[in-house]
Amino acid sequence: MQTSAPLAPLPPPSPSLVWRRIRRNPLSFGALCVIGLIALAAIFAPWIAPYPPDATDAAAALQSVSWRHPLGTDLYGRDQLSRIIFAARIDLSVAFAATAAAVVIGSLLGAIIGYRGGWVDHIAMRPVDAIMAFPAFVLAMGITAALGNSTVNVAIAISITQVPSYLRLIRGEMLRIREMEYADAARTVGNPTWRIVLIHLLPNCMPPLIVQATLAMGFALLTMAALSFIGLGIQPPQSEWGVMTAEGASQIVTGEWWLFLFPGLAIMITVLAFNLVGDGLRDFLDPRMRGIR
Amino acid sequence: MSDLLEIADLTVSFDSDAGEIQAVDHISLTIRAGEVVGLVGESGSGKSVTAFAILRLIRRPGRVKSGTIRFNGVDLGTLSEEEMRQIRGAKIALISQSPRTALNPVITVGRQIARLFELHGGLSARDAHRRMLEMLSLVRIPDPAKRAGQYAHQLSGGMCQRVMIAMALATSPQLLIADEPTTGLDVSIAARILDLLRELGAKTGAAILLITHDLGVVAETADRVVVMHAGQVVESAPVRTLFHQPAHPYTRALVRSIPRVDRTVTMEPIPGAVPSLLDPPPGCRYAERCGWVSERCRIARPPLTRVVADHEVACYGFEERRDAAG
Amino acid sequence: MPLVEVRELQMHFPLGGLPALLARLRGLPAPVVRAVQSVSFDVAPGETLALVGESGCGKSTVARCLLRLLDPTAGSIRYDGTEIATLDSDAMQPLRRNIQMVFQDPTASLNPRLTARRMVEEALLLHTALDAADRRARVDGVLEEVGLGRELADRHPHELSGGQRQRVNIARAIATNPRFVVLDEPTSALDVSLRSRIILLLESLRARHGLSYLFISHDLATVKYLAGRVAVMYLGVIVELAETGELFARPLHPYTRALIAAVPVPDPDSQRERFVLEGEIPSPMELPSGCPLRGRCPIEQPVCAEPRRSGKSRLGRYVACHRV
Repeated sequence: MQTSAPLAPLPPPSPSLVWRRIRRNPLSFGALCVIGLIALAAIFAPWIAPYPPDATDAAAALQSVSWRHPLGTDLYGRDQLSRIIFAARIDLSVAFAATAAAVVIGSLLGAIIGYRGGWVDHIAMRPVDAIMAFPAFVLAMGITAALGNSTVNVAIAISITQVPSYLRLIRGEMLRIREMEYADAARTVGNPTWRIVLIHLLPNCMPPLIVQATLAMGFALLTMAALSFIGLGIQPPQSEWGVMTAEGASQIVTGEWWLFLFPGLAIMITVLAFNLVGDGLRDFLDPRMRGIR
Repeated sequence: MSDLLEIADLTVSFDSDAGEIQAVDHISLTIRAGEVVGLVGESGSGKSVTAFAILRLIRRPGRVKSGTIRFNGVDLGTLSEEEMRQIRGAKIALISQSPRTALNPVITVGRQIARLFELHGGLSARDAHRRMLEMLSLVRIPDPAKRAGQYAHQLSGGMCQRVMIAMALATSPQLLIADEPTTGLDVSIAARILDLLRELGAKTGAAILLITHDLGVVAETADRVVVMHAGQVVESAPVRTLFHQPAHPYTRALVRSIPRVDRTVTMEPIPGAVPSLLDPPPGCRYAERCGWVSERCRIARPPLTRVVADHEVACYGFEERRDAAG
Repeated sequence: MPLVEVRELQMHFPLGGLPALLARLRGLPAPVVRAVQSVSFDVAPGETLALVGESGCGKSTVARCLLRLLDPTAGSIRYDGTEIATLDSDAMQPLRRNIQMVFQDPTASLNPRLTARRMVEEALLLHTALDAADRRARVDGVLEEVGLGRELADRHPHELSGGQRQRVNIARAIATNPRFVVLDEPTSALDVSLRSRIILLLESLRARHGLSYLFISHDLATVKYLAGRVAVMYLGVIVELAETGELFARPLHPYTRALIAAVPVPDPDSQRERFVLEGEIPSPMELPSGCPLRGRCPIEQPVCAEPRRSGKSRLGRYVACHRV
């Protein structure tokens, strides 16, 4: 019924309309605020964090939650809250850089393969299938192990594991969209191929890409934390959530629970927030949601 | 003929982000037993919404705001969902404009029809199968035994529509609602589907509510025509009267606006566009497009009044002109 | 001299999958769908030629060949004396400003992310040396000519109604002052009341700019109104071609007769010929031998099984039927 009932031309979406649609999904909106807060904390870390992240204080080692150290201290007396705040910098920026690089590379390759189709598609997609058939985390482990564990290499490893999913997504969208009449219209008007792909087709593949990228941010964070946890990623004494979780894990038996719990919570909350925002975006960008309802 | 379906004062609206869309605005219409009624209008006129309201299939964000729909004297609004389901399958059947998507893609068409006989007629599997083959030959599907074993995607569009008609007629309904049954079919196929509908309607005694935007289809198929514009009924008349003595300016404009194959015409497009149904002004919704408009038309909505027996029109301008002519 | 000359145009689509593989294993020629078997026609300057037929008859394939969205299998397409059937895309590019197309679906043929202005302007950007200000003026002029107010120019397709979208399509097609425009069912997705307005708009544009149209349609009433001559297609061939008044007054080919007889007429008292074809259009994979209408034709005779002759032309009329 939605298709045939309200056919009167609708007014262009107004700011209040956007706001109303956001309000309908308070969970995702809340999650977006959480990500905003974490990002702000990361940017302004030197001003927000109560202590420098690497400031040791032997006298205050392994203190539990207190007013002076709200999230406790570690073996070297470093303030856990400050370390978690500073860790957000590296965690978010590596996850973002890795995802952004994967999006750009994946969508360009996907666009070319999808637009050409035919045998190009057949040949190019087989290595992609092979990479996707390989467990992503094992692949990331292998790449960092091979490249050596620097921050940049972690980003590269995460990026490589993500490229195939964007490539496949955009290729699928391209295969669909290149058959649309507006693609033919762009041809008849006399557009060269690069203009057809970059100006007419690729921008129309964006909505699912944005959703996928948001969800992938959570996955990138998890991968990075996991690599660091097993010692292949970021190296101590750099404060990073995975590194901190690993350090904390060894202290659980001796009862210093806060060292494991709080970095773990930081990972969990951030990943969850990205997933919720991704789900919300999916609803928000769904063409069926446009205009009506 | 007795009244089979009686719609009185029906209003249906849809809630949208921008406000309330009044898709159907206080309409009344009657369908008599065995009659073919054409419901004509442009898209957005509310004709399909009316059909869905009859079947009580208006779902959120749409809602029926007022009015009663009586079928065989029973107010459908008072029935339970279970009772309504009985009526929907068996007494009122729907033929939609997209037969291929209305058919189940993973069940053979024969099985889909036979199941109706088992569910609604209580027949054994063997009897249902036999009746199903009868139905398929009734709708003139060649080689019914072979087609019965096929799936929707193996049939052409025209063939799918025939299967839909067979399914609709399987339960011997009293009312068949055909919503643009020939849209998307080729002309030669469409002509035969219409012939078939009309013939089977006469044979089974089922009344047909034929929803269409095509005046040609109406002229060739319907006994009586109801014209809708922007959610309002503007005119209702027997088919000959409607084409030879149209009363409402919209009906006149509609007939003049189409090219035709049978004679050379000068097409005159209807001025303006269907008004937005979002908070429409009171009064006649055709006022802004009408050459007969007067101040009155914008203030109050003209009621449906009788011209002669069986011919009703909702237009102040027509009344004034008739009164002036004496 | 005709502006567009199409001679024995053929378009075959290769079949993929198992049938193709089996054929190759047996050393047979690869199986194809003959969407366009052999089609010839001319379009004179300033003329509207209609190409009518039911779905699957190949009329849209012909259109896509003329625009070189497809590479024809064989045959010749001459535009103003230039052979374009075999041009590569670079050589075709400068000709595109003269050969344009209006698509069937006004929504699907507009890029949802671009405004009306940008879509019309693009044609000028690609084909003219106009600067930004001149382009803007030209876009405003074209939009006004197709009846789109300036206030709509910066809207996206989803902010326009169906009729307005089709006007954007038309504006895009005529922006570069083409001489030949292919109209692929330009009104079939529109509402009744909009249909007549778009038809009148197309007709006035043709008259004012001396455009030539190839009007692809299945709507015979519109064809009768708009076209000077009509070519009727069935299963990839033209079965009849005649001046419009002649064709509607005295259709000669049985397929044309059946097609005209099937159109519902908005007159409850009309007495029309009942001329009905049997069955449905066969799949292009299983074409009958002899006359393509064989098996469906009410006036069929044994002679119809003989190989199809090229049609007879007389008095400017072409009919491909053994019985006429």
